[in-house]
Amino acid sequence: MSKHALRTTAAVTAVLALAGSLTACGGSDAGSGEDSKTVTLLTHDSFAASKPVLKEFTRQTGYKIKVLRGGDAGAAVNQTVLNKGNPQGDVFFGVDNTLLSRPLEKGVFAPYRAEGLDRVPGGLQLDKGEHRVTPVDSGEICVNYDRAYFAKKKLDPPETLDDLAEPQYKDLLVTADAATSSPGLGFLLATIDEYGKGWKDYWKKLKANGVEVVEGWEQAYNDRFSGSNGGKGKGDRPLVVSYASSPPVEVLGKKPLPAQAPTGIAKGTCFQQTEFAGLLEGASNPEGGKALLDFMLSKKFQEDMPLQMFVNPVRDDAELPELFAKYGESVDDAATMAPAKIDEHREQWVKAWTSLVVK
Amino acid sequence: MGQGVDLARREVTPGKDSREGQTAGQQHREQREHRDSPEHRESPEHRARRGNAGGALRLALMAVPVAFFGLFFAYPVAAIVGRGLRTAGQWHPGRLGQVLADPDVLHVLWFTVWQAAASTGCTLALALPGAYVFARFDFPGKQLLRAVVTVPFVLPTVVVGSAFLALLGRGGALDEWFGLRLDTSVWAILLAHVFINYAVVVRTVGGLWAQLDPRQEEAARVLGAGRLTAWRRVTLPALAPSVGAAALIVFLFTFTSFGVIQVLGGPRYATLEVEIYRQTAALLDLPTAAVLTLLQFAAVTVLLAVHARTVRRRQSALSMVPAAQTARRPQGRGQWALLWSVLTVVALLIVVPLAVLVERSFNGQHGYGLEYYRALGSVSSSAAFTVAPVAAIGNSLAYAAVATCIALVVGGLAAAALTTRGGGGAVGGLVRGFDSMLMLPLGTSAVTVGFGFLIALDEPPLDLRSSWMLVPLAQSLVGVPFVIRTMLPVLRAVDVRLREAAAVLGASPLRAWREVDLPLVRRALLVAAGFAFAVSLGEFGATVFIARPDAPTLPVAVARFLGRAGEVNYGQAMAMSTILMLVCAATLLALERIRTDRSGEF
Amino acid sequence: MLRLDGVNVTFGDRRALDGVDLEVADHETVCVLGPSGSGKSTLLRVVAGLQNPDAGRIWLSGQDRTELPPHRREVGLMFQDHQLFPQRDAGGNVAFGLRMRRSGRQETRERVAELLDLVGLPGAQRRTVATLSGGEQQRVALARALAPQPRLLMLDEPLGQLDRGLRERLVVELRALFRRLRTTVLAVTHDQGEAFVLADRVVVMNEGRIAQAGTPLQVWQHPASEFVARFLGFDNVVDATVHGGTADTPWGRLPVPDGTPTGGCKLLVRPTGVRLTALEDGLPCTVEARTFRGGDAAAVTLLLQPEHGPRLEASCALREAPEAGESVGVTFDGREVVRLGP
Repeated sequence: MSKHALRTTAAVTAVLALAGSLTACGGSDAGSGEDSKTVTLLTHDSFAASKPVLKEFTRQTGYKIKVLRGGDAGAAVNQTVLNKGNPQGDVFFGVDNTLLSRPLEKGVFAPYRAEGLDRVPGGLQLDKGEHRVTPVDSGEICVNYDRAYFAKKKLDPPETLDDLAEPQYKDLLVTADAATSSPGLGFLLATIDEYGKGWKDYWKKLKANGVEVVEGWEQAYNDRFSGSNGGKGKGDRPLVVSYASSPPVEVLGKKPLPAQAPTGIAKGTCFQQTEFAGLLEGASNPEGGKALLDFMLSKKFQEDMPLQMFVNPVRDDAELPELFAKYGESVDDAATMAPAKIDEHREQWVKAWTSLVVK
Repeated sequence: MGQGVDLARREVTPGKDSREGQTAGQQHREQREHRDSPEHRESPEHRARRGNAGGALRLALMAVPVAFFGLFFAYPVAAIVGRGLRTAGQWHPGRLGQVLADPDVLHVLWFTVWQAAASTGCTLALALPGAYVFARFDFPGKQLLRAVVTVPFVLPTVVVGSAFLALLGRGGALDEWFGLRLDTSVWAILLAHVFINYAVVVRTVGGLWAQLDPRQEEAARVLGAGRLTAWRRVTLPALAPSVGAAALIVFLFTFTSFGVIQVLGGPRYATLEVEIYRQTAALLDLPTAAVLTLLQFAAVTVLLAVHARTVRRRQSALSMVPAAQTARRPQGRGQWALLWSVLTVVALLIVVPLAVLVERSFNGQHGYGLEYYRALGSVSSSAAFTVAPVAAIGNSLAYAAVATCIALVVGGLAAAALTTRGGGGAVGGLVRGFDSMLMLPLGTSAVTVGFGFLIALDEPPLDLRSSWMLVPLAQSLVGVPFVIRTMLPVLRAVDVRLREAAAVLGASPLRAWREVDLPLVRRALLVAAGFAFAVSLGEFGATVFIARPDAPTLPVAVARFLGRAGEVNYGQAMAMSTILMLVCAATLLALERIRTDRSGEF
Repeated sequence: MLRLDGVNVTFGDRRALDGVDLEVADHETVCVLGPSGSGKSTLLRVVAGLQNPDAGRIWLSGQDRTELPPHRREVGLMFQDHQLFPQRDAGGNVAFGLRMRRSGRQETRERVAELLDLVGLPGAQRRTVATLSGGEQQRVALARALAPQPRLLMLDEPLGQLDRGLRERLVVELRALFRRLRTTVLAVTHDQGEAFVLADRVVVMNEGRIAQAGTPLQVWQHPASEFVARFLGFDNVVDATVHGGTADTPWGRLPVPDGTPTGGCKLLVRPTGVRLTALEDGLPCTVEARTFRGGDAAAVTLLLQPEHGPRLEASCALREAPEAGESVGVTFDGREVVRLGP
């Protein structure tokens, strides 16, 4: 038996190895062969665009678009920094004002002034002179609450950051890791903006009040929040750090449309967020990348975004869908922080926060 | 023809032949003694003349492994450490102190040591009785069961993580039946570690136990020692070094555990390796990552050194018999109870998680079916990769095959260099030093290696960042130690006099090596290849950095799917894990049938 | 055929072979006898080329082969523990030497079958080494060594591993085989019985030197030294002074054969030369031990303690043997007295 088995195994292994190496070779070749006709968009997990819109892009420019999702925003941005000069795609979308400084500083992006930038309010154009990044959408990061839960408990939902530390809201809040998740980081920055130097004490109180930290926004919102999935979420926590545009999402697809969205936002807990896209330095298809950036600022894309990614367009002449108007709540005084300040302190803030809350 | 001598008629029955009466162990020992007899020692002049040729040969054999190691391990790791500890051309050793004084880092270090020790303790407690049962009892299905308990060891750690998540996590099996959730506690990690390392103890300790001559204990009992005393005074001292070596291996593996902690630990529990990953990938804090790498390095070096000493002591004189002789059917209620309890532990600890994994992969949103498997075949719009997940299977197999070839070449050459004689003390010491060096990748952070590849191999002539070779290279780094450790004992055991016999029959030295050594070694080569293949398939820490999105490997794909919310993603992760598990198990079963003897240190 | 000229081999500070001169003629069977450590195996290894001598030359078929590597010497060597190749079956082992000499497939197959028949294992080509018993392994090793038709066949303890019955039968058959094949054989053994049956000439070695060489009969009848005598199993060795046809020994006067030179020397009395008589007719002795040796001669060995002198070994037939403790008289037969060398 032994000799025969030996020979068979050796033969099988040889065939496998041969086939394998051919496949591997083939795989990478296929990737580079289509470069001229494909634009690769690197982004985070939350990117979404409707098929007709993407088809429109192909129709207009002739380029096919390939989307690569690289995890949470923080992780995706870090990947671009790690792969600087030899990027895995042409355009990166998803770096927001909280994380902007790092890739800019490392020279990850190549400058390009996209068409349609004139229709974007100046306040959102954070890299005005150099146009290394282009603003694409904006929104607010706020604490969302599950209306049904609070109604059942006959409790008023929280409205401000102070409320969250109150005993009646014990063990109800879930947030994402500020090191990798941009909502998580945004929420942290909101607290720092509010409490200044005393932010650590605030978080100590929050921790004592049972705040749960999970890996990313997806887990927090989809797995842990009780109000997701149209109000019938799997989780048991009725308070989650998410976006101001999350409530309208919960209404999507419901028939008949309810009077109110099943979730609401705590207006006093918000932080302003702008998301940017940029052409990657060393991209293999820079022309296609530029075309994509132009497209992202086009009316069609901007108007498609709200219902896909639940963000607000930056173009001032883009119309918001009815759902947003009806069920969304506008936030007037979301907390903001100068990018320079974020850049200077972010690392030590996140570190301190991690040891305070996560460990 | 046959009329001259008809020896057949005078054939004596085998039993009477005095040679047969000796045990294999005694025969072997006599052969060894004969080999060491003066006639086989050479005069100094001849040793010198032969030595120079032998030394040159050893160094030549070592050249390729050393180059491989230098380029693909030492250089990237040095690059990371340099990046971390050096800014603007200046070294900052002070950072070492800074990082080490940080209470968070100390906490991580403490947790790493604690969970490794706890895992080792639990593993020993559960696996030692198992080792005894496998060594001394004979029961139907023993071969199959032994293969089954070894499957966890070669499974990718991500798969283990997902199996235990499916069992212990939210919505997991235990949650559904008993409302018990363990994934927020450290028990999930400990149990997963026991799951993985059970086989290590059973095979190393059990293997030795099976070969200990039971008549030693009987002799003690005839001389008046009670059962327990005989066991304590005779068997235990013989086993102790083996138990120590196994414990060290388990400690080493759990100390550097990554995939399990990543999946089951959440943000709360972090070992050194996970922390290095966080610092590198999430925070881009290279100085801290560099210091942590050095810390882990130091700890692993110490562990390896201790292990080397223990292994050497293990090889001291023991009265050994062939393993098949000592296994008996259990007798008496005590032994049956022991057998059943061990079988229960194995069933609960090892079979159940695997079964749950398989079950979850079929339990779709609309009842049982192949929904998730079919989903693997298509690129979904919210996919993390540009290719269908099923391509990850092909990629993984291909990468692993290439990595196995590389590991065989490098490891084989190194093992040959280690067992060729000649060259005197200096060369010998040098070669032995390289042996220890080649073990280092086992204990160095895979994350560091992966990241190091990215930042070190980015300039011509070594700009490999877009090359598909990067992944197999990283994987082979882990395979090489396995190859060496499997080949060494076999190469060492080749009797030099077989080569002499071939020479006298007319075979030139090269031919003799081909005719004598190679067939003996061929079997070990296959086993080594199998191990390297399975280990390469499961490599995660380095691959997660360097695999391109259009060519993901299975573990990376599983991890990504697990990291995303949603039933479909979870189901796809389970489906891919099941496939990976089946491939590894098949490889292992094939290995089991090829291995005939218990050589090798695993 | 084979000639060793002043061969020296040293291991560390020990001389394994010390100025060994040896000649083996064509078709001759020479057995090298000696205790362990006397250098017998080293001798074979030197001839095979597995061991380089520190001094001296080795001549094979009239040509100096000292520098030639082992695979070109065309000698056959059967190792003490067979050293069969474990990964091959019996046929593969036997065919090995033929393959090295590039014989054709058909030719190899025929020869392998022929040899296995010769050694009494017909049809055993496919059997694996592990399934062969000790005796069978012996024979396969022999066939393997014989296959390439070496000019000189060397055997290292060819029957050492077998039990007595098989050994006795095999040694006779080996001798017949070698006779038939007209092979030149150099065998090494520590068993003098084996050597005497197998060999045309016997060479006794001690501590690396040749103590005596000659036909078995010569060596047995006239051992050259005390060492050889004791090695052959003779214990009745005493110092003696010879003058005028008798010798003065601790046992009294012993007759000596004609032509024995006068002076001091060592004398050997073979056990058969020790005759038992009535107590008063010879040297009085007490029977200390009596051992019945079995075998087909049904002889009894007696250990006698004489009145004066060292102990005596005597051999007699079963029916004449006295009991332990008895007293007997002892006389000596001059024909069984041998003068040993200096």
